[in-house]
Amino acid sequence: MAMNQQELVDTLSGLALFADLSRPQVEAVAHKMAEESYPTGQRILRQGFTGTGFYVIVDGEVAVKIDGTEISRLGKGDFFGEMSILLGEPPGADITTTRQLRVLHLGGSELEGFLRDYPPVMLRMLKAVALRLRNANRWRS
Amino acid sequence: MAELDQRPFPPGDYPVVVVGSGPGGIQASYYLKHLGIEHAHISADPVPGGMFRRFPFFQRLLSWTKPYGPVPRDDPFYYWYDWNSLLAEEPHNRALMPDLMDGTSSFPSRPEMETNLATFVARTGLPIRFDTRWESTSRDGERFVLHTSDGDYRCQVPIFAVGVAHPFTPDTPGFDFAAHYVDTRPAQTYAGKRLFIVGKENSGFELATGLLQWAQRIVLASPRPAKLSVNSHSLAGIRARYVLPVEDQILGGGVFVLNASIQRIEKLGDAYRVHCLPSEGGAEIAVDADEVIAATGFTCPLQDLQSIGVEVFGRSLLPAMTNYWESATAPGVYFAGTIGQGVSGMKKYGLPANSGAVQGARYNARTMVHHVAEKHFGVRLPRPVVAPADLVEQLLTTATRAPELWNQKSYLARAFTLDAGQGILDQGIVPLAQFVDEEGPAAVAIAVETDDTGDIHPAVYVRESGKPAVETLLTSQPLHDFRTADNRAHLSQLLRGVTNGAVR
Repeated sequence: MAMNQQELVDTLSGLALFADLSRPQVEAVAHKMAEESYPTGQRILRQGFTGTGFYVIVDGEVAVKIDGTEISRLGKGDFFGEMSILLGEPPGADITTTRQLRVLHLGGSELEGFLRDYPPVMLRMLKAVALRLRNANRWRS
Repeated sequence: MAELDQRPFPPGDYPVVVVGSGPGGIQASYYLKHLGIEHAHISADPVPGGMFRRFPFFQRLLSWTKPYGPVPRDDPFYYWYDWNSLLAEEPHNRALMPDLMDGTSSFPSRPEMETNLATFVARTGLPIRFDTRWESTSRDGERFVLHTSDGDYRCQVPIFAVGVAHPFTPDTPGFDFAAHYVDTRPAQTYAGKRLFIVGKENSGFELATGLLQWAQRIVLASPRPAKLSVNSHSLAGIRARYVLPVEDQILGGGVFVLNASIQRIEKLGDAYRVHCLPSEGGAEIAVDADEVIAATGFTCPLQDLQSIGVEVFGRSLLPAMTNYWESATAPGVYFAGTIGQGVSGMKKYGLPANSGAVQGARYNARTMVHHVAEKHFGVRLPRPVVAPADLVEQLLTTATRAPELWNQKSYLARAFTLDAGQGILDQGIVPLAQFVDEEGPAAVAIAVETDDTGDIHPAVYVRESGKPAVETLLTSQPLHDFRTADNRAHLSQLLRGVTNGAVR
């Protein structure tokens, strides 16, 4: 469902990643990131492909697959793409929509500057990545 | 006695109905006609041209047509030098734009572009029913019904090419005091005024550029910093033609570019006070202005399409679509023209395709009509057989010379299937995201891509039967002729395995 700009800013303010930003900052984020829509079954990140971006899920769900095996699902408020951008490597997983998806997208080359501009987002991202790492380690042990 | 209506396409039942007579609708109608698919083409306007009947406001396009390319104008490669002519299969109907230009600029004027589109319609003999306004939509079993000012049109497939044309103004308090971009007055009426332009995309900078010599002061503001096309390596950003206000700001010449969100606009006698909050924090800024102009973009005038299941998204209310520009939520409903920008494609390095401009949308329309013809009307387009010994050269020549790939980088690709039984078949131009995600026979596709350093190079996607496609980047060449010994060797090696040695 389409949202107007104010509704989008309200939605983003409610996401954990942007929870520490002021309203003007969230408005700037909403302008800096492009809103995109993808149909069910489309890959957004492709394992081994160059030039990927950073995505924040506004609505919908994706499956995370490595070599075709699903390892997890992500939903509203989750984000993906940051690992390959920050490491300068192609994604190690496919991200495929399991239903109609709406995301905010930032080009890979813009992510580092974005995180420097918004340190609270960087901290939130770091915590989320640490949680993912802990869960992955538990899953393996 | 009432006058007999001589217009084509009276209300009735048609396989396809195309709505809109801008470049997108005309291009879609042309290819439907070319494939022999019966359709009605209707438009609310009195003549062809769409948005180009009025805009850009300062009457000069942003898309080039360079009259002197390296190939004859009827060679399809010339379309890379001519972003404004519509596509035609007959050589004599190609490249109509350069002959209509007066030689003062490689960017045609708006009237020249309008004439170009009208000439294309006349030369290709495309009938259009003008002054017929699509007003609402419903379903009748498997068919769609378009209710218009002239009556009802039933069809199996509607194609909406109605542009991203409805002025959008934010609901922030006081915006009713602002005039939208579309209501900008003649430049001289802004003489000596303090202007506040909301929006820092091309329309905002177009106005600022055109009003530089008239305004006393110009402030441009929006939350996001202005992005320049020369830095983004794409058409996403302020085009070089409109950079003058940026330079004036740097030199302190009465132009101010603010990164701030507009909180409200207040009327103060004959003037206005615009209250802004800087995006990066700090106290509110209040800017007094004699005129406020909202260069805040446009939305899709999709009428009531949501009532038949078309989902829309984003600020522009674009429909959610598949890679073939079909509604993702209302199958059978298609879109052409600038609306196609709602399909992001691969968007590698964050660079968008040119679907919002004629040079990209014309190829999308052709690819979409080919898809509609095969999926809905049982048309089987020819797939020429390619000799294995020719495949590498065809791929590299396509990357070097195909305007589809250059206008729609990382978005459209040329694909060849590599089935051992059928031989190598040219599948034509396909959406790249579709190719790399669909399971199918062994195949190869080539695209042209730009990376974040601005390097332009071919990218090859090889798919083994039933497996995901694998990406390989080829190398660039200073003059963009990718037919190098290194690329030939690399490509041959990639294809040898997947063709069981047929390609050596």
